[in-house]
Amino acid sequence: MARMSLRSYLIAFCVLLSLIPVTASAGFFGIWNIPYDSSEMESKTLFSSFSSPPKHLDPVISYNSNEWSIISQIYEPPLQYHYLKRPYTLEPLTLQKMPEVRYLNADLQEVGAEDPQVAYSEYNFELKHAIRFQPHPAFALLKNGHFRYLDLTAEQLHGIDSPSDFTYQSTRELIADDYIYAIKRMALRQNHSPILDAMKQYIVGLDEFSEKMTAAYSQLLKQNSSSKDTTFFDLRDKSIKGIQAIDKYRYKILVKGVYPQFLYWLSMNFFAPIPWEAVRFYKQRPLLEKNLTLDTYPVGTGAFYLAENNPNRRMRLLRNSNFSHETYPNDGLAENADPALLSDAGKPLPFLDEVVYSLEKESVPLWNKFLQGYYDASGVGSDSFDQAVSVSSSGSMSLTTAMKEKGIQFLNEVEPTIFYFGFNMADPVVGGYDEKHRKLRQAVSIAINFEEYISIFLNGRGLAAQSPIPPGIFGHQNGEAGVNPYVYEWQQGRPQRKSIDEAKRLLAEAGYPDGKDSDGSSLKLYYDTAATGPDSKALLNWYRKQFAKLGIELVIRATDYNRFQDKVRGAKVQMFSWGWNADYPDPENFLFLLYGGNAAINTNGSGINSSNYDNPEFDRLFLRMKTLQNGPERLEIIEQMLEMLRKDAPWAWGFSPKSLALYHAWLQNMWANPLANNTLKYKNVDVQQRLNALQQWNQPVVWPLILAVILLILLVVPVRHAYKRRQNQTLSVNDKGVN
Amino acid sequence: MLAYIIKRLLFAIPILLGVNFITFALFFGVNTPDNMARAQLGAKQTTPEMIAAWKADRGYDKPLFYNQNAQGMNHVVDTLFVQESAKLFQFDFGRSDSGRQISADIQERMWPSLAIALPTFVIGLFTNIAVALLLVLFRASLLDRAAMVAAVILMSISGLFYIIAAQVLFGKMLHWVPISGYESGWSMWKFIILPVFIGVLAGVGSGVRWYRSIFLEEIHKDYVRSARAKGLSEIQVLFKHLLKNGMLPILTGVVVVIPTLFMGSLIMESFFGIPGLGSYTIDAIQSQDFSIVKAMVFLGSVLYIVGLILTDIAYSWFDPRVRLR
Amino acid sequence: MSLVFLWTDLLIWILFGAVVFGLHSIKKSKQARKQWREIFESPIAMASAVILSVYVLIGLTDSIHLKFNQENRWAPAGYENQVLSPLDLSLWHLVKNQERTYSAPFASHEYSRSILYDENGQVQQVYRPLKFAAVHLENPDNRQVLWQDLIKKSGIALLAAFLLTLVVFVFHGYFRVRAYVKRDIRVKPKRLPWNWGYLTLFLLLAVMSILYYLSHFYHVLGTDKVGEDVFYQAMKSIRTGVVIGTLTTLVMLPLALFLGISAGYFKGWIDDVIQYLYTTLNSIPGVLLIAAAVLVMQSWIAQHPADFGSSEQRADLRLLFLVFILGMTSWTGLCRLLRAETLKISQLEYIQSAKAFGMGGMHLIYKHILPNLLHLVLIAVVLDFSGLVLAEAVLSYVGVGVDPTTYSWGNMINQARLEMAREPMVWWSLLSAFIFMFILVLAANLFADRVQWVLNPRNS
Repeated sequence: MARMSLRSYLIAFCVLLSLIPVTASAGFFGIWNIPYDSSEMESKTLFSSFSSPPKHLDPVISYNSNEWSIISQIYEPPLQYHYLKRPYTLEPLTLQKMPEVRYLNADLQEVGAEDPQVAYSEYNFELKHAIRFQPHPAFALLKNGHFRYLDLTAEQLHGIDSPSDFTYQSTRELIADDYIYAIKRMALRQNHSPILDAMKQYIVGLDEFSEKMTAAYSQLLKQNSSSKDTTFFDLRDKSIKGIQAIDKYRYKILVKGVYPQFLYWLSMNFFAPIPWEAVRFYKQRPLLEKNLTLDTYPVGTGAFYLAENNPNRRMRLLRNSNFSHETYPNDGLAENADPALLSDAGKPLPFLDEVVYSLEKESVPLWNKFLQGYYDASGVGSDSFDQAVSVSSSGSMSLTTAMKEKGIQFLNEVEPTIFYFGFNMADPVVGGYDEKHRKLRQAVSIAINFEEYISIFLNGRGLAAQSPIPPGIFGHQNGEAGVNPYVYEWQQGRPQRKSIDEAKRLLAEAGYPDGKDSDGSSLKLYYDTAATGPDSKALLNWYRKQFAKLGIELVIRATDYNRFQDKVRGAKVQMFSWGWNADYPDPENFLFLLYGGNAAINTNGSGINSSNYDNPEFDRLFLRMKTLQNGPERLEIIEQMLEMLRKDAPWAWGFSPKSLALYHAWLQNMWANPLANNTLKYKNVDVQQRLNALQQWNQPVVWPLILAVILLILLVVPVRHAYKRRQNQTLSVNDKGVN
Repeated sequence: MLAYIIKRLLFAIPILLGVNFITFALFFGVNTPDNMARAQLGAKQTTPEMIAAWKADRGYDKPLFYNQNAQGMNHVVDTLFVQESAKLFQFDFGRSDSGRQISADIQERMWPSLAIALPTFVIGLFTNIAVALLLVLFRASLLDRAAMVAAVILMSISGLFYIIAAQVLFGKMLHWVPISGYESGWSMWKFIILPVFIGVLAGVGSGVRWYRSIFLEEIHKDYVRSARAKGLSEIQVLFKHLLKNGMLPILTGVVVVIPTLFMGSLIMESFFGIPGLGSYTIDAIQSQDFSIVKAMVFLGSVLYIVGLILTDIAYSWFDPRVRLR
Repeated sequence: MSLVFLWTDLLIWILFGAVVFGLHSIKKSKQARKQWREIFESPIAMASAVILSVYVLIGLTDSIHLKFNQENRWAPAGYENQVLSPLDLSLWHLVKNQERTYSAPFASHEYSRSILYDENGQVQQVYRPLKFAAVHLENPDNRQVLWQDLIKKSGIALLAAFLLTLVVFVFHGYFRVRAYVKRDIRVKPKRLPWNWGYLTLFLLLAVMSILYYLSHFYHVLGTDKVGEDVFYQAMKSIRTGVVIGTLTTLVMLPLALFLGISAGYFKGWIDDVIQYLYTTLNSIPGVLLIAAAVLVMQSWIAQHPADFGSSEQRADLRLLFLVFILGMTSWTGLCRLLRAETLKISQLEYIQSAKAFGMGGMHLIYKHILPNLLHLVLIAVVLDFSGLVLAEAVLSYVGVGVDPTTYSWGNMINQARLEMAREPMVWWSLLSAFIFMFILVLAANLFADRVQWVLNPRNS
């Protein structure tokens, strides 16, 4: 009897136990696996992820797409890319209109744009009025007009983890000086601006200013023997020769020579306004010790502000209540775009109240959580590609039925990026400009089958390159006109890679019949790579196979990224792979990768022409092309340049990746714009639709749990039984007096 | 006792210096400060001026172990090694290469690590001891033998397998728990339950075998027989005598681990996206952030030494015959 | 054709020689013989030993490297100047028969659909047929046909396995009979569980020969992302596992023995220095130390590319370094044990009196202390083996393991874990690696268990 009651008690207990999670999560819509706070699920929140913690959020130093995807929502440079338009077009963001350019001669007299005397271009900016910064403690004032939070102590910061935790928050109107202040900050070497050296060549007086101020600042630091993180160096009363504030809302920048690309730079965060109050506020030691700096909590005028920054776990953007100067675009819809993209036209931005970025380092959980509905959008890794995307009979991509059933949609777009396989032109074996070496490179270019590469490693999400200029950039041509005749033949309406026999013939002409050197040993070429990830073994094997087709032995020298960079810079590589991501949509930004003046060997390693291609004729055309406006003349020059490149083959050309983004049906106004980073403000979420889907997709499967509990109970009974027997056994042994 | 602890702490200094020396030698063997600067400043168009400014900012412009340009003692003192070591001994970890305060980061990331490691440790300890006692109770029976085979099998499975399989099964297929992530506060439990379960499961094989052998050694001793002779039931014998006397060998193995629980688990944390010190360390290794690695190595060594001292103290506490001098 | 010696080959053959020498000396010593007999009295130990020896044998066949000159009739076509091992040669059909991408075990078509242009330039999405699997079947889509073929072929392989076992039986039987005739009639040793050994051997041979025979017609364990046969990868990984498991202890032994005994025997400041050394090394978290050391090694290799002719040599050297690094971080435990034991032994009376009689230090250590430490060493070696094999996988995950071009279970797992997110899952790479590793580790653990049980003086 006693045993029976015990058993039933146990069963009752275990059933209760198994009910706990069920009842506990009943409040969370009956699902157990929500990785967020449930209240966030009910508000207009977008859920996104980041794969590596952003290192810098200070626009003066940040130059990295994953950092920009966050700070671009917060900071507003003068210009931005139109969200919808193709080709990519700049439009004013905080300006009333596009900057006006005046061309000046050496005596600062205005001349025509085509005048050979042009020595300077002057850019004039006029801000919109009544734009205000996000609420921030740095602006908070005491009654006497002094700043409230300037002498903070560690005690005062108790319980404060982010600037939004301060009791008093305030704001200020955006003025021209804030933009100028940002450029002055850039000039300080101590701020490690990545573009200072580039900008010094263009902005009048920046070089001189930088040198003087950097010296003055380091003098100040030495005097106080203090760190730059806690010492505010006031730049307000210092001025750069070529930059001038005309009044509260207007300023102008003087640029050396003609440099039409300058406007593109003005859409980048380096030129976003920085309020000096914020800089001074953050230079306080107690704040620094809590990791509260301008580098961790930006202060901007954008549609969102950063409310929580825990780079180890998540970042949270909240809607900036002071934002009111922008509405959804009314026009500019691209040719094949969904007209629904304009249904919010004219409405005030932003639509979202909150954006939550969670740290997700591994691709597996990221993808699975997207399928469960916990991320609103996701890229597609090559491992989950087949599950998501099928290629229709016309060759265009569409979603698989499994995805369609979930209401998932997708966007794809060739990115303005090129991944190339480069030869080091300074190398004695693969380099050189004579016929023999050229043919070797051409043969290799044919042998490395990037179509196959794209199909195996990218699931077809890429476009084999015909030149350094990727699609979407002026100078790229579709169809037969854009084909590289040294590697491809135009057949049946598409480019067809030349046969391997053709490559072998070229190789023989280069002096290596069947890949054999003159002494009969097979030709050995060296490929340097930083690839050490999980996929790299397959990748390296693939490269080896490509060269084996020609009888060439490929020796792979894999190192870490640092070492790899070092070797490329020192021109100590023979062949390597690298990529370039457009800073701005101009052919200059790609062709300068092969400009002799940028060659690593000519610049002591700091140039970005890693192939060390150095062709005087090409260089001459490049300098001419650089200052021209887009038009037939420019196109013709570019064509000439491309022909030189294709013939010399300093690269085996490589490919441009196609981005492919999946998103759930509840996410609205989605449009791919690889150059615009500040696009969150346009997006919208249907919260109720998301909730319904989540509930439908994430019901826990309970029966194995119940089964396990029952099994456990069943196990207890025989064990208990056995124990009883054992106890009796020992007792009986003891009774007999064996011990 | 106090004198003993102080003595041991003093002994720790040369050890920690040695540890620092090894880390410095290894890390600067890999990386020149120039490399570190480039990695931090980004790949696009880095100029020598930028690198020089970055190094000066960090103090990486000093020589590593021997300063030729200095005078007298400063030959040795005005070097990276001595300057940085001195800071470490004051537990001033400085800034990471990306500019964040390491101490603040460690304080913050310590908790998620503990949230996983502590329950894993406690539950694991209890499970292991409980199962081991059960097996001792049924020693030499079919259950015992089957359990021993099961233990060896559990031991022989790679930890990676447990993690991958559990993630697919419980996260992806059954929807019981979020696949990865972390949340502080009360909602934490749904994130830690799976890692803790895996941690316990992965450790149960070797744990049970170890505790079982300890208990088996005890069970043949005289006091167990006399206890039995007194008519105590087998369970009473197990809990009253065996457990108490088995405690000593258990302590030696267990106490030394406790402080290092802070360091977290490298693999578990990075698989489950838990923002603890383990994933902090892995990230630092992979991005070659020397400041963080150096801080973590130092911290790990300190905790290990603390563990050793704690073990001695616990020992003397449980076994009056041991006296600390 | 010429022999090429990679560093790890050399070491592994030295180790093999040492083991043979060890066996020889066991044969001579009566006590050691008795102990070893006792170890093998357990059926589990016998079975584990068989499994271990098969793994080691495969590892050894993969540790002879031959370089084929241009016109050599033995050279597999198209791969002159390659460095190949006998294992590669016997699995050559798998190296040659590379598919394009994923395919499941015993599949006849690729695992996922791909784009194909037909004659009219039209795009189609189809499951492409595999180039080298199931091509002998007319209708491989028919499950029944496939099964019949599998069973028929397995039968042939099973027969081969049986014959092979028989050969071993006869060969071994000859020695047993001889030993039986020569035996001392008064001693009646316990019978060893040979039947268990044979059973394991047969099962192992059966599985292997079925897999091997079928691998000529199918990809028995599927193919990976670039179409490489997973069975081949798993087999090649055996060598890496065995090398790391055995060589690591080999390279750390001299250091641990030398320092441990010195500390225990000489005491005083020598003891202090050695203790300081291992406490310092021990207090650095293991993974961090290994990671840092591996990074140093990588950069060193990167800076001296001229020292390494081929990528095999580079990969091999990296493996060797990894072995050394693992050895450096794992000698401390054994060293401490040896120190304590030496301390204890040198307190014994006969050692003390030997010392008093002026027996030299080295002689004393060699004659009286070392032999009494051997059981500790042996236990450490077998216990460390499985841990090291498992550690390789984890290190490869962190990115500080063997060279990415080296075949290893860690590399397989590291590559395959991303595949788990595919739908349907690509499970075979991961599972094959885990199973191959699991069997080795399980056998090692079981054997270690027995060795520890028998050699531990407390258990006698």
